[in-house]
Amino acid sequence: MSDIPSELQYTKSHEWVRSLPGNRVEVGITDHAQAALGDLVFVEVPEAGRRLTAGAACAVVESVKAASDIYSPVNGTVVESNAALASSPELVNQAPYAGGWLIRIEIDSGGAAPQLLDAAEYARLLADEAQ
Amino acid sequence: MGLKTPLYDTHVREGAKIVDFGGWDMPLHYGSQIDEHHAVRADAGLFDVSHMAVLDLGGARVRECLRFLLANDVAKLKTPGKGLYSCLLRDDGGVIDDLIVYFMNESWFRMIVNAGTRAKDLAWLVAKAAAFGVSIRERRDLAMLAVQGPNARAKTASLLPAPQRDAVLALGPFVAAEFGTWFLARTGYTGEDGFEIALPAGDAAAVWTALRAAGVRPAGLGARDTLRLEAGLSLYGNDLDEKHDPLSSGVAWTVAFEPAERQFIGRGALERVRAAPRFELVGLLLEDRGVLRSHQSVMTALGPGEITSGTFSPTLNRSIALARVPAGAQGVVQVEIRGKLLAARVVKPPFVRHGKPLISM
Repeated sequence: MSDIPSELQYTKSHEWVRSLPGNRVEVGITDHAQAALGDLVFVEVPEAGRRLTAGAACAVVESVKAASDIYSPVNGTVVESNAALASSPELVNQAPYAGGWLIRIEIDSGGAAPQLLDAAEYARLLADEAQ
Repeated sequence: MGLKTPLYDTHVREGAKIVDFGGWDMPLHYGSQIDEHHAVRADAGLFDVSHMAVLDLGGARVRECLRFLLANDVAKLKTPGKGLYSCLLRDDGGVIDDLIVYFMNESWFRMIVNAGTRAKDLAWLVAKAAAFGVSIRERRDLAMLAVQGPNARAKTASLLPAPQRDAVLALGPFVAAEFGTWFLARTGYTGEDGFEIALPAGDAAAVWTALRAAGVRPAGLGARDTLRLEAGLSLYGNDLDEKHDPLSSGVAWTVAFEPAERQFIGRGALERVRAAPRFELVGLLLEDRGVLRSHQSVMTALGPGEITSGTFSPTLNRSIALARVPAGAQGVVQVEIRGKLLAARVVKPPFVRHGKPLISM
């Protein structure tokens, strides 16, 4: 059973979103996603200042087997990306909700609220996918 | 629902992530394919390779038949049990499959071929062998295990009674022998020492359990692929296929042009390629960060090429690949990854052998 922390929000494409102070969010991939990908060996994250569009590819995680796009859950601007992943991509496997975070984003002000799932809805999505 | 080997339930019990591989439900990994890779390089790993097909060829003219059917020359096989790696070619030199053939006795050779090519291999072999009066029997009653790593031979031998143990450990590289119901060969697909064992399907689960108890760790197809690529070994369907000849695919060393009077299927086509080689298979080491993958484009000073197999090398902690490039290409080349050009260096495979890196970083 994969870990789905109740305080986070989720996307249908298996990213998680944590609210930070000051209209910012932290984004990573879920425990389910990291387990499905297998051992990660390379993570490419956007640089600070890059503009992101909700639903558009913004980062790439590569396991031994394949490369997968990561989609921005919000419209906004990259504030910081996780520099530790350059040398230790395995952090995403080991601690997907902590040391394996990918990017921190400042959400555009005045836009519509992002369409995200809560933990219960994400758990249902995983159950449906498993059918 | 795919085909299942006799060890399918064992894999599920071991916690395997099962994937489809050429129609077979096979273990990709049992938790971490990188840990499994390191276990094989440092100790001993256990692979289920029962999806591969064992073919027994019988008849008084079987050696003559195989000298005509295979690009390598089974005349090299002089002592019973000795094995030979060879390509099976079409008339135009395209590779139908790569395989290992063992000389058992003058009326029996054993061939081990890939799972994904099994049906076409059988059709081709049956059609060609008829003229030699050679019969072909597929041994679907057998399972196959590979035990690989520096401690693989000792741990496998520990399962056997003393007299057999000594005989198993005395087996030379690329030699097979029968031990009771086991057909055991000192071969593999990892660049490490070890054995491949064909045995009655009904015994496979018990032998798996005994090897596990002897300290051999299960390893899936994921680790098998990174291990073989580090070892510079070809994967049929990636590095070898019917559209390319063996001389352009990194296995020129397996084509026996001598003796010149031996006729074999594909010889004429290969003679023409040999006179004017256009492509060769080389190793690539990515200098930048990222992961090389099959079908990525390669730009060389002599023209374009293509990656046939690419992965992340757990031993080197860098990305490596095999690539088909214009003959003579060397030095630093560019690989296109998601629209960006990254630098890679042409190197001579293998990248890793017997646990040690063979290329300078």
